[in-house]
Amino acid sequence: MLRYLLGRLVSLALSLVAASLVIFAVIEIVPGDPASYMLGLNASADTVAALRHRLGLNEALPLRYLHWIAGMATGDFGQSYTYKVPVADLVAQRLAVSLPLALYALLMAVLIAFPAGLLAAARRGRSADAAVMGATQIGIALPNFWFAMLLVLAFALHWQLFPAGGFPGWGDPLAGIRALTLPAVALALPQAAILARVLRSALIETLGQDYIRTARAKGLTVGQTMLRHALRNAMIPVLTIMGMQFSFLLAGAIIIENVFNLPGLGRLIFQAITQRDLIVVESVVMILVFAVILMTFLVDLAYAAIDPRLRKRA
Amino acid sequence: MRVSFALGLALTLAALAAALLSLVWTPYDTATLAIAEKLRPPSDAHWLGTDHFGRDIASLLMAGAKTSIAVALVAVGIGIGAGVPLGLLAAATRGSLADEVVMRGNDLVFAFPSLVIAILITAVFGPSATNAIIAIGIFNIPVFARVTRGGALSLWTLDFIRAAEVAGKGRVRISIEHILPNVLNLLIVQGTIQFSLGILAEAGLSYVGLGAQPPTPSWGRMLAEAQTMVTLAPHVAIFPGLAIVLTVLGLNLLGDGLRDHLDPRSRRAA
Repeated sequence: MLRYLLGRLVSLALSLVAASLVIFAVIEIVPGDPASYMLGLNASADTVAALRHRLGLNEALPLRYLHWIAGMATGDFGQSYTYKVPVADLVAQRLAVSLPLALYALLMAVLIAFPAGLLAAARRGRSADAAVMGATQIGIALPNFWFAMLLVLAFALHWQLFPAGGFPGWGDPLAGIRALTLPAVALALPQAAILARVLRSALIETLGQDYIRTARAKGLTVGQTMLRHALRNAMIPVLTIMGMQFSFLLAGAIIIENVFNLPGLGRLIFQAITQRDLIVVESVVMILVFAVILMTFLVDLAYAAIDPRLRKRA
Repeated sequence: MRVSFALGLALTLAALAAALLSLVWTPYDTATLAIAEKLRPPSDAHWLGTDHFGRDIASLLMAGAKTSIAVALVAVGIGIGAGVPLGLLAAATRGSLADEVVMRGNDLVFAFPSLVIAILITAVFGPSATNAIIAIGIFNIPVFARVTRGGALSLWTLDFIRAAEVAGKGRVRISIEHILPNVLNLLIVQGTIQFSLGILAEAGLSYVGLGAQPPTPSWGRMLAEAQTMVTLAPHVAIFPGLAIVLTVLGLNLLGDGLRDHLDPRSRRAA
């Protein structure tokens, strides 16, 4: 297990280095000089030179990359050009909205997908299965931002159960959760549809195995067999998808935050793009990619915990 | 499953037909504004109503279909064009440095959700439909590389490939003459899936302003513009969304049907 863990850690580190190089390179190929790009066309030469100095643009390329990485490793993301505050503070504020939103959505997706997937697999080929599968087809085809608009129309404007947008902060946790509920539903439903389908086919695959027949033969009910034996063995593909979905949820949150006017990472990154605040763009993208890579790593570890065979193979 | 396949085919053909027809004819001109006619609900003159500039929504949807389909199609083309050769190479040189580089490169691209790629590209080059295509296309490359490699790896162990090797054919020739035709089914099914994902991605990117720019008609941007008027005129927001759902649903049903038809194994499993 220790060797497996070390192997995964090395690959985690390599992925992070590779991803950071890509992001750094993309920002570097901004046509012209980042400082003059950030300041716009009308900036004087002195202002540009001053910003170049402040951003450390006069240093050699490899040195700047190392500074950026070393800074991020120690929690120093540089200073936002437009907000004049440390990027780390901005990101921390915004993460307090985006991260709970993604987790809330993931939880909701699981709560919808597991009963639906289990029901469809248990009633395979019957009307309940057909109904669940039909519903998931529509769920997959839904653009989440359009679904969000429909939710606002129904639950915020017509019935006025939830706010149509904005975020009151975590001072009152209940109000915070209420503000995030419609965005989380909008994010969760398409993902729940995918998850339910994967769970159903994984369950059907395991239900055909001999050990399931053995479990039934020794007197377990269908439900017990399903939960104790089939579900555990069906978890590998389900976990893979959930790991991938977390990154979709974080990235998807960027769009949903715009529908609901939530002060999360997504809005931060769009403001940064329009204000040409490249340091913020660079750092936020790196954080998003870091989250994706970390999630893949955690999923790998979860595999090993669920399926001991995988520990040896690595 | 026959019914869903027919439904998928019908929906996909309808979207394609609307896009093709819009090249030569739309009920109303999409560039002419008629403010006096703005935000009209569906009527005999305007079947799906008009938008905030008085433009006919049905006409805009037809023209938007053209944008969505073109973006998704080219993005799938990029994915196939770059991903399939990489996948064939990785499978033909299994375990070699080239295989390792291709697979790790794939992992790296997977770490960047297409929206994040789009954000990076837009931050540097500015928003446009072309940049949306590039962003979605880059994301498609590892998908096709992986599917091709997976399919090809199992083929390389089969006797008829061994026979071709014994006959003196090189790895490149075998990949093209024997492996590629046999993974084609997988590619068609994956192509349909990526096509539908491309349409969703294009809509999302245009919605947040990173995709097609005015005056190019786009379903995603129609929704963005409709958002502020959704209480006044819900039809402005409902029809473009329905167009996206029906097109994506059609492609997904078509893809499922094709998989059942082309791959006998999944017929038993599903």
